[in-house]
Formats: sequence, structure tokens, C-alpha cells
Amino acid sequence: MSESDWPLWEVFVRAKRGVSHVHAGTVHAPDSELALQNARDLFTRRAEGVSIWVVRSSDVTASDPADAGSLFEPAIDKTFRHPSDFELPDEVAHM
Amino acid sequence: MKSPTCDRYAHRQADRALILAQRLLETITHSPEIEEDMALSNLALDLIGQARTLYTYVDPADDGEDRLAYFRDAHEFLNPLLVEQPNGDFAGILVRQFLHDAFAVAYWDAMTTSTDATFAALAGKAVKETTYHLRHSRSWVIRLGDGTDESHRRVAAAVERLWPFTHELFEVDEVERELVATGIAVDPADLLPIWQETVHATLAEATLAVPTDGDRPSGGRVGLHSPEFDALIAELQVVARAHPGATW
Repeated sequence: MSESDWPLWEVFVRAKRGVSHVHAGTVHAPDSELALQNARDLFTRRAEGVSIWVVRSSDVTASDPADAGSLFEPAIDKTFRHPSDFELPDEVAHM
Repeated sequence: MKSPTCDRYAHRQADRALILAQRLLETITHSPEIEEDMALSNLALDLIGQARTLYTYVDPADDGEDRLAYFRDAHEFLNPLLVEQPNGDFAGILVRQFLHDAFAVAYWDAMTTSTDATFAALAGKAVKETTYHLRHSRSWVIRLGDGTDESHRRVAAAVERLWPFTHELFEVDEVERELVATGIAVDPADLLPIWQETVHATLAEATLAVPTDGDRPSGGRVGLHSPEFDALIAELQVVARAHPGATW
């Protein structure tokens, strides 16, 4: 399998109304229109979604894994930021 | 109780879907990108589903649909010639699909009000499927036509090659006339302006010329097919005929 000539797109799928779009994977496509169609065929073929976003992978600014220590570890010991003392009603899904 | 004429009509529509699906499936693993392999096989699966509904309608026996797909001879298939045309290059595959889809969307949309319950129910599903097919094939015709010099040349050649076969889609014979009278079938003449509107607008956006009407090859719908058709049917049926009744 040769390398694709087409740019890469990140695909986000919303599973149903009321929940966020979640990253599903990537597709190759020459433009955003075909990226959407390819994403539809690859990621919603079993009725997984009601909405799709596609974003050029090159337009995503990502954090550097080498920075993980300074970016994320300072949050680990701040348990007071978690709503752990609240009882969530059953009706509140997807928290 | 449906008539032999209705069976023949169902055959035409089912064969149109099955034969186009078979041509699409020839491209699997040969598309320029794996994503397009997926897209074309998805179209084929929808078409096979449409064909299965109608084969089962014609012959509700357990092995009815298999018998009709795998154990009829080439001259018994009643698809229009357009859908059996060889793939050629990628532009040829997508132009054939587009010219067909522009017809199929108008056709299934009109058939949602058929007085035949099976056809009306199938039409409700098929109009959604083919609307997506048209979206995909249409966008490719525009992308290739309004693309590079080479893609424009290839897609223009495909439009010229396939154009004559579009006329057969709108032919009317005694089969249609009988069923139009009872509201089972749609009059193809009513579909032509819708098809033309879609096709002319798309070709304009793709910077492609609308070909002038010339030859009108015909005969597929009465079982007279092009020379390449025997090979297509042989490939479609070889496994089922070599191992009758096999399951997996």
C-alpha cells in the first residue's frame, strides 16, 4: 500500500443529540467535501452518528508529549477540583 | 396479486441495481485510495439491497433471489445498457454512476407514491440511499471536470462515451404503459426534465459541455446486451454455479 497523495483529516462524530463530538479517527481526502463523505462511509456505517466534523490534521495544534509533565501533572494532587462530594442524579447522563 | 408484467418491471429495476453493483465491485482494491474503495463498495451494497428486495418480490421462495441473480443467463437480464458499460478509468466509473444516480433519485422519489406497496416501501428507503450516491458521484464529476487538464480530459471523454446510453433510461414500452396506467410505475417521460436539470447543472459546474444527442443504443431492457456482458455475468455467477447451494 503506497502512501496516500491526499491530505489527512481528523474526524469527529456526534453519537446522538446532547453529547459532544468525539474524535473517531482519520481519513484521507483531497478536500473537505470528500473528507466528510469518506468519514461518513468509514465511521457511521453502523449508524454510529448524527453529525460529523472534519478538520485538516495540519490545522490541529497539538501539545508536545515532552511537555506532559509540566502541563498535566500539576493537576494530579488538586482533588478539590473534582466534584467528588456531589451525588449525581441518575437523570444526568454523560458526565 | 401482481401480474407477469409487474414481475418483468421489477426485474428491470432489480437488474439495473445488481449489474451496476457488480461493475462497482470490480473496482474493489483498485480505487486510487482506500477511502474510495470503501465509498464505492458502500454504493454497491445499497444497490444489492435494492435488487434483493425486488428479486424476493418476484420470487418469494427461500432460494428465489439467488436463483434470479445466479442462475439466469445473460439474455434474461433486463438492465439498461448504461449500467453494464465497462469501467474504463476512474472518471468513467464516476460518470456512469452520476448519470445513473441523477436518474435513480428522480425515479425512486416518484415511486414513493406507487400503488404497489412493495415498490412504494422500497422507494422510501432507496430515495435516501440514492440521494447520497448522487451527492458522491456528482461531487466527483465536478472535482474531476474542474480539476487538472488530465482529469478534465478523462471525465469529458467518459461523458461523451456514456451519453448515448442515457436515452434508454427514459424509454417506454408496453411494460411501462400497462403499469403507468395502474399507478404502479412512474412514466419515465416525467423524469427526463428532472434528470436533465441535475445533469446540465452539474456538467456546467464541472466546466463540461453537454454532449449533442446522436446514437441511442438500446435493447438492454429486453435482454439484448453488449458483447462484454457475458464476461460480467460469468464473473457474477461463477462461484454460485460451481458450488450450487454452498453456504458460509
